[in-house]
Amino acid sequence: MSSSTSSLEERHRQLGLTDGEYARILERLGRAPGDVELAMLSLMWSEHCGYKHSRRLLRRLPKEGAHVLMGPGENAGAVDVGGGLAVAFKVESHNHPSAVEPFQGAATGVGGILRDVFAVGARPIAVLDSLRFGEPSASERSRYLLERAVAGIGHYGNSIGVPTVGGEIYFEGSYEQNCLVNAMCVGLAPHDRLIRSAAAGPGNVVILLGALTGRDGIGGASVLASAELGEGDEAKRPSVQIGDPFTEKKLLECCLELLDCELLVSLQDLGAAGLTSAASEMASKGGVGLTVDLCQISLREPGMEPFEIMVSESQERMLCVATPERVGEVLGVCERWEVPATTIGCVTEGDSFQVLHRGVVVADLPVSVLVDDCPLYDLEPSPPSDGLYEAPARVLDGSESPAETLLALLRSANIASRRPVFEQYDPIVQSRTVRRPDEADAAVLVLPDGSAIAVAIDGNGRRVACDPRRGAAEAVYECAANLACVGAEPLGLTNCLNFGNPEKPHVAWQLVEAVEGLSQACEALGVPVVGGNVSLYNEAPSGPIFPTPVVGIVGKLPDAGRAGRLGFAREGDAIGLLGPFEPSLVGSELSKLRGHAPVGELPVADAARIRILHQGIRARVRSGSFRSAHDIAEGGVATALAECCIAGDIGATARLPRGLDPFGEAPGRGFIVSGPAEALAGFVMIGSVGGDRLVIDGLLDLAVSDLHDARESGLSEWV
Amino acid sequence: MKTGIVRFPGSCDDIDALAAAARVGEPVLLWHADTDLQGVDAVIVPGGFSYGDYLRAGAIARFAPVMTEVEEFARGGGLVLGICNGFQVLCEANLLPGALLPNTSLKFIFRQVELEVVRGDGPFTGACASGERLSIPVKHTTGRYYAPSEELDRLEAAGQVLLRYAPGHNPNGSLRDIAGVCNERGNVFGLMPHPEHAVDPLGGSTDGMRIFESMRAHVEQHVLA
Repeated sequence: MSSSTSSLEERHRQLGLTDGEYARILERLGRAPGDVELAMLSLMWSEHCGYKHSRRLLRRLPKEGAHVLMGPGENAGAVDVGGGLAVAFKVESHNHPSAVEPFQGAATGVGGILRDVFAVGARPIAVLDSLRFGEPSASERSRYLLERAVAGIGHYGNSIGVPTVGGEIYFEGSYEQNCLVNAMCVGLAPHDRLIRSAAAGPGNVVILLGALTGRDGIGGASVLASAELGEGDEAKRPSVQIGDPFTEKKLLECCLELLDCELLVSLQDLGAAGLTSAASEMASKGGVGLTVDLCQISLREPGMEPFEIMVSESQERMLCVATPERVGEVLGVCERWEVPATTIGCVTEGDSFQVLHRGVVVADLPVSVLVDDCPLYDLEPSPPSDGLYEAPARVLDGSESPAETLLALLRSANIASRRPVFEQYDPIVQSRTVRRPDEADAAVLVLPDGSAIAVAIDGNGRRVACDPRRGAAEAVYECAANLACVGAEPLGLTNCLNFGNPEKPHVAWQLVEAVEGLSQACEALGVPVVGGNVSLYNEAPSGPIFPTPVVGIVGKLPDAGRAGRLGFAREGDAIGLLGPFEPSLVGSELSKLRGHAPVGELPVADAARIRILHQGIRARVRSGSFRSAHDIAEGGVATALAECCIAGDIGATARLPRGLDPFGEAPGRGFIVSGPAEALAGFVMIGSVGGDRLVIDGLLDLAVSDLHDARESGLSEWV
Repeated sequence: MKTGIVRFPGSCDDIDALAAAARVGEPVLLWHADTDLQGVDAVIVPGGFSYGDYLRAGAIARFAPVMTEVEEFARGGGLVLGICNGFQVLCEANLLPGALLPNTSLKFIFRQVELEVVRGDGPFTGACASGERLSIPVKHTTGRYYAPSEELDRLEAAGQVLLRYAPGHNPNGSLRDIAGVCNERGNVFGLMPHPEHAVDPLGGSTDGMRIFESMRAHVEQHVLA
């Protein structure tokens, strides 16, 4: 613990700590921190690890639910799905690394969320991604980010043998500099294999397993994830981690075997802030101290400084605690899987996180200072003046016929077929996938007893930009609607809050409003939040991204064989329009194509009625009386009808209710269903399935093949 | 039929192959570092990314201890099925002719494709009719079947091409639309499509069962009889 005090005072700013935060450190420690200590504190007190601008706000989210087994605070949340099984899941961002180096940024985003899930003892069984880029037609950079991020996700997920079963992509100018790469992982575990990360039992042994520790990713959390992007970001590439799915595949199998053999006391993955965060979180949760000897850690390169070892974000590493008598068996399992593993320290009484290097104590910090004493800031929200976001380029001028408008919508990057993307992902490995992308509104995975889980991920930044509270609530409604369409009841929700710089009042306002909207919608639908992630400072000199809360919901259905499909299925079936569906063009895809900025009042939603609507759809999909179900999302009812025709490769004839805008949107509140006329009795019937054209009375008449071609053409030239 | 499924570090579709093999008999996992085939009647080298495949796909796996036994088993006439990465491994091990090159798109591709059965006889396609179509998914980055043209002529003349991609369904630029080939003796077969992912009606097609049923029929008739 050398170094003069004067140089340290400057270093704390380089490491991202404010003068006030540094003063707080001095006060808490009663002395100046050493080099290694300051490096550790700067990471634990970064926005990324400390949640200092969001932690207070997140207390608002409802977390209680009948099925919840593990809530926020663990590596992943978990819900009971019956049959003695639990499903663990979480969504996390890897936005800044992906903006700097999209292939590795996206790949390690997947690797990181997989580790979060197997860290709680669950086998990863599905990945979904939520991606945002600038306009591909206008931006070379956006096309590059899109192509490389998709390749990176595929590289990691395909190679490790976890299916990528769903996701969503939107393109908007506000993501030009700050792309968003959010990855969600779903895992499956017997209840008794779920494990928490709290270290316990002084005298127990701390073991580091997985990849060697190198210099990659140093400062990933503090340098990249907790500040705005700007000029010269290429120079930050060394802060991006490099992924190795083969090493993680071995690590995954090894960890699950260790848990199956009941050899571990606790398990924790190494993510942002590496060993510093993993060890101090484990100690904090267990109310114990830890001693770690850096000389026991296997390094990728010689001559690494103690602080580099402590903050390295080398991927594919896990930390576990075992009783001394089990250590031999633990190392044996690791050897069989060819996973390097070394004992690096032990659990101690008290509150001290002690780091040794060549017999010298290089850090000795109270765990509570590292984990609990990070200052929490109150936001100073203030609504933005209009004009925060530029109007998009005008593609349509409003003079087009409804048929031309529908084709333009189907071709638009936000609505077009995602096939060029999802064909780069393996959606079926592990043999659970019952509904693949494009077959239904949610992915469906069968469980051993023949029941199934369904999962979807949703978020629409443009609508949240119009109205953060209503827009964020709509993300929950839409995600739940997608689950209803396959017959699934929501069990739990995870979210990733992607926002700009929270120190700016208008971004703070977006954040506060969005969390309120999410909370109200979750409460209304009875869906608890079991975990999530916050990504702030998604902001370039040109301004913040659209406020983008992304929600992922896991649900359950009793019979995998009865999972719903989105495509019209049978000639002669009646088509129903279910709601209370009162859409408008505010925040819609059509308003974007017409060059309107995201402003205006979104339609009001009656959450109680939405809940009843979803229950009704769920029940009729499960009973088989609906042969198809699809929620009306971007592009309105005309687009939804076209999608049902394309998926079923069959036409339809419909007459829309008077006054209903065919392209208006109200996510999560409107559905197109089909089935025998008697099964739809009592609902608003708008037409019937048949032929090879989509005919909407008085509006348009188009061949299904033309609809298909328009939808297929939208993204294929960019990916 | 007792089927051994090889598990390399990095195998991904081993569990899927195990489940498919369980529909036609008793499956066992064969660990890459072991040298005991446990008396199996047939071996499946499954899909995935053996040893990470950071070198050429399948190039390292062929040197695994278990592969010495698999080669010995094949030379003795035992049935060996290589799926995707397993096909790549068997080509690397010279148990099958030709090579798998990167897809013409240079990208990973997942797609449900239609295959045409070229030969509806023999141990792997005996349960199919010649000309029959099978709907089976592909998922790979390195699946473009290649061999010199005179070698391709020879393979076709000798009836070693068992499966082709149906017209318009070739996903990877494979020469002459070849999806699966066997060795001269007919007891080693490799294909890029994944029949083990087309066995359960819940997942869509069950056409992949035809391959496993063919193997069971052959083993019951010729090996266990």
